[in-house]
Amino acid sequence: MGKLVLSIQGKILGEFPLSKERMTIGRLADNDIQIDNLAVSGHHALVLTILDDSFLEDLDSTNGTFVNRKPIKKYALKHGDVIGVGKHELKFINEQAKKSTDFEQTIIIRPSAPGDSLQSKPKTKEDAAVAQAAEKAVAAAAPGGDAPASSASPSSNLPLARLQVLNGPNAGRELELTKALTTLGKPGVQVAAISRRQQGYYLVHVEGKDNQFPKVNGEAIGQQAHLLHDGDTVEIAGTKMGLFLLGA
Amino acid sequence: MDKSLTLEISGFSDGGAVRDHNEDCIGSAAEIGLVVLADGMGGHNAGEVASDMAVTGITASLRSRIADIDTDSVDEKTGFTQGTLLIHEAIQQVNREIFEAAQNRPQCQGMGTTLVTALFYGDRVTIASVGDSRLYRFRNGELEQLTSDHTLLQELVDRGFYSAEEARQSLNKNVITRALGTEESAQVDLQEEIILPHDVYLLCSDGLNDMVEDEKIVSTLRKFGGNLDKIGEELIRLANDAGGRDNISVILVRPQLSQSALRRWLNRIVSWFE
Repeated sequence: MGKLVLSIQGKILGEFPLSKERMTIGRLADNDIQIDNLAVSGHHALVLTILDDSFLEDLDSTNGTFVNRKPIKKYALKHGDVIGVGKHELKFINEQAKKSTDFEQTIIIRPSAPGDSLQSKPKTKEDAAVAQAAEKAVAAAAPGGDAPASSASPSSNLPLARLQVLNGPNAGRELELTKALTTLGKPGVQVAAISRRQQGYYLVHVEGKDNQFPKVNGEAIGQQAHLLHDGDTVEIAGTKMGLFLLGA
Repeated sequence: MDKSLTLEISGFSDGGAVRDHNEDCIGSAAEIGLVVLADGMGGHNAGEVASDMAVTGITASLRSRIADIDTDSVDEKTGFTQGTLLIHEAIQQVNREIFEAAQNRPQCQGMGTTLVTALFYGDRVTIASVGDSRLYRFRNGELEQLTSDHTLLQELVDRGFYSAEEARQSLNKNVITRALGTEESAQVDLQEEIILPHDVYLLCSDGLNDMVEDEKIVSTLRKFGGNLDKIGEELIRLANDAGGRDNISVILVRPQLSQSALRRWLNRIVSWFE
């Protein structure tokens, strides 16, 4: 198990074994590692520990979190790293890392294990309410009426996307991308598909005259699927469309 | 069921150079357009039990029910085709069976399995995956991984702790965050993709992609393009030559689209392009 050694100006103040999967560092009393100093934010940083590996995440602190004097947002900790929080330092000690795990053995981490840190957790009450509502909506829509949200369709993680035609006689018309796969274009000229995958909506070239590819923000996408972002302009067979992610 | 689509399928499963038994399992049913690959885990040979239950269960379930539904029609609520919903249901069912077996049989305790499966129908393919077994598509000379790995490493990359490059040489590659049989309900990634003429689909267990880099897989596909059996044999050989530290399984699929299927998808394209 790794540990953090807290010090200020070389003077050691304490040692904290990383005994929990999530340990927070901050000024307030509800932190696992409390540093009562005004240069430290209420909840300043988080250390995730999974098996023998620890990861540091800045929790949008006012004065920032540093590793070896460089500012970080997210960082995979290595033995000997020095975390800077205000004027305090926390040295990461973990001599066991990498030694003990059987490299070849596949291990399953149960997603629902208590305190599982990899599930993105809602940050505010509002977010939590939205997340719950979304889970319910998805559970209702799930095939076979499976109650647990985890069995729901992957679309649950994605905001709804809408295409709006920007030019030509149909300018202003809209199409909601409610299907797992939507084909667009003019056969014989250019055809593309938008497929809903785990990471988002992807534009895929299907066919094009003279090997022309669809364009995103004016650039041809080529053969590989292209991840679309909110506000992108997509051009297929001369028709320009804006992509909007609802709630993005 | 769609008779206009035919599949050429070639599958290989090899124990690898180190392990004494093979916990991978592969299966296919060309007549219903289905291929399934599972990589089991759990001690005392239970991994084999789990992967076999997954492949057998999903194949049987699809065989018995696919004739009753119109695979191509799209469900209004979810936006998925009936084919996708059917495969999702089959996976949930087999997940429950493995979960119960793991709970009730002491020798099966803690078993689980990854799963990647593809169902081809009409002009499209539904891909479902849980865990770190992959599906790649080889189209116009380029390889694209269509599934995401449900591994700790991938989740950390997604959350910004690592770059993909750093991750490749990193720790704990083998920690997966999702599997069949470890929870009452499985979290399944589902996606639908258009099939184009000359596509080749490659399903594989991590015994292939941990040992053989994507560039090598591409060059093998290019070299033996016309012959799926040769590609499969060569990929297994490459993985074993690189150390073969895990079981290695591959399934290669080349769908042959009929003219009617091609015409059908062209007709579906929305009208405001005219």
